[in-house]
Amino acid sequence: MTEIPFDLIALQVLTGLALGCIYVLVATGLTLIFGLLNIVNFAHGAFYAAGAYLGVFAFTYTGNFWLSLVAVPFGMALIGLPTERFLLRPVYGRDPSYPLLLTFGLGYVIVELIRIAFGTDGIPFNAPAALKGSLFFGDIAFPRYRLFVMAFTAALLAGLWFLIEKTSFGLIIRAGARNPEIVSVLGVDTSRVWMLIFALGTAVAGVAGFLAAPMRGVIPEMGVTVLIEAFVITVVGGMGSLPGAVIAGLSMGVVVSLTSYFAADYSNVVMFAIMAAVLLVRPQGLLGRPEFAR
Amino acid sequence: MKSTAVATPSMWERMDPRRLMGGVSQHRVLASAAVLAVLPLLVPYPALAINVLIYGLFAAGFNLVFGYTGLLSLGHAALFGTGAYGCGIAIAVLGLPWYAAILVGLVFSTVSAALIGGLAIRTRGVYFGMVTLALAQCLYFLFYQWVSVTGGESGLRGVMVPSIDIGPIHLDLFDPVQKYYFLLAFVVLALMAFSRILDSPFGAVIEGIRENENRARASGYNVWFLKWMSFVLSGLFCGLAGALNAIHLGVVSIDSLFYTTSGTVVMMVLLGGMGTFFGPFVGAAAFLSLEDITANWTSHWQLIAGLVFIACVRFFPRGIWGSILARLRA
Repeated sequence: MTEIPFDLIALQVLTGLALGCIYVLVATGLTLIFGLLNIVNFAHGAFYAAGAYLGVFAFTYTGNFWLSLVAVPFGMALIGLPTERFLLRPVYGRDPSYPLLLTFGLGYVIVELIRIAFGTDGIPFNAPAALKGSLFFGDIAFPRYRLFVMAFTAALLAGLWFLIEKTSFGLIIRAGARNPEIVSVLGVDTSRVWMLIFALGTAVAGVAGFLAAPMRGVIPEMGVTVLIEAFVITVVGGMGSLPGAVIAGLSMGVVVSLTSYFAADYSNVVMFAIMAAVLLVRPQGLLGRPEFAR
Repeated sequence: MKSTAVATPSMWERMDPRRLMGGVSQHRVLASAAVLAVLPLLVPYPALAINVLIYGLFAAGFNLVFGYTGLLSLGHAALFGTGAYGCGIAIAVLGLPWYAAILVGLVFSTVSAALIGGLAIRTRGVYFGMVTLALAQCLYFLFYQWVSVTGGESGLRGVMVPSIDIGPIHLDLFDPVQKYYFLLAFVVLALMAFSRILDSPFGAVIEGIRENENRARASGYNVWFLKWMSFVLSGLFCGLAGALNAIHLGVVSIDSLFYTTSGTVVMMVLLGGMGTFFGPFVGAAAFLSLEDITANWTSHWQLIAGLVFIACVRFFPRGIWGSILARLRA
């Protein structure tokens, strides 16, 4: 290889950033639920897949991508609410491996239900016409859909930031993450807040799945890979840290994308190598709180 | 006159389940061996008994980390799978005899356990589960891509061990019953080692770590090393189970490294009873029988498994054997 064309690298970086946005969304949902409920949601990947299928299903009925994009989070929240209420709430305060195992089992059930409803083969799904083609920056062509994913993720994250940092509901969330007992003593119905947060995390996972559908395909097992990728990102970014998840997610997306271009054989493994290095040097992750490490 | 009758309990006292249980747990390896020796007569066909044997051993190895040390690993497929691949590669690619192949399998799984454990034990609690899952999936990708040796997606074929000759003994492994007792010899040896480990000071300390890690550390124990040791020993047992599975099936499927295999072993241990000696085998038998029965009327086994698993964790966290024990102690 002599000289690597700049526009190819730029395209690869952009592809990586779009991929990173999906990682960020999945990891954000995980971190949000973990930060407040102290639960690692192993069904998160299944929710991601369910979101993609829900969106594709809505799209085949309405024919409208935007309508489907609005329908997915609401549909997913309707799945998340009863999950928290009937599956997780009864095991709060017990060993943290109970909710972990419960959601692990739930993941099996959801994936199998998807297979029963939609079959085991993948469903082809393309970006809507308005987002097809490319935008040109100088000589470099950037696929519109990937730019849209980035813009949408940025908007969604800004919305989440506003919700958590600037609203009174966000105040309850932040206080609840620090000391749920005091918050409930002050007269806030924390169980309702937790239920809403779980539904919010589920909705974000579903949206991520639907956004990823035109880029990564729609198959029942799509959540498995992304869940593990999101775990890697939470570990690297720092346990329980939202900014850490964003930084780690975007940089991991770029690294994976560049590796798959220059050394395709290692693209599946590079992420784990980085995680191993982070664990060796800084077990709590880049921006993590040290109590999760040894 | 003093009566000596006090020392010898009456027949009814001897039949008391608590006393009986005390005797059984004193001779737990013997009891396991006895039950496993008659198992082929109790199940509809020998293949199911062989699976109970192999997965029971796998679950017992997992139980050392999960039930006794209190670490929820979700990456044990890596230990089972590398054991299977190590043994399979030694037979199918290198042409080594079966006993050397099992050793190769153990080396593979122990090295994987040392690496995965070494990294994952740097994190705590739920993150331990996440990191073990991720690292196991990393191994899955590596073996998936190493097509020239592992066969990649279609699995490793040609792990043929048609017969075993040890001195005058000739075993035909195409006969499932002879194969069963051949595998049982390894399982009983492993259980003897397992029982010895649990009885050792090491066994007491890992249970201490499970109950209160900080207190164990304050007592001067090197908690990191002990957890790592438990993970590595677990790799030895799980790797043996994997190697035996490779010899049993004649192929190594890439699924043996997939995360569902890790999930299966968690379910078996929970179903049987975590932290109990017999639990893993009871759980493996229950899980595999359930799978066998449901396979007759639905292809959606994973749905049933997930629901049973949820019900188990939610309403039945002690598992089958654990509940029996708790009732007897009450």
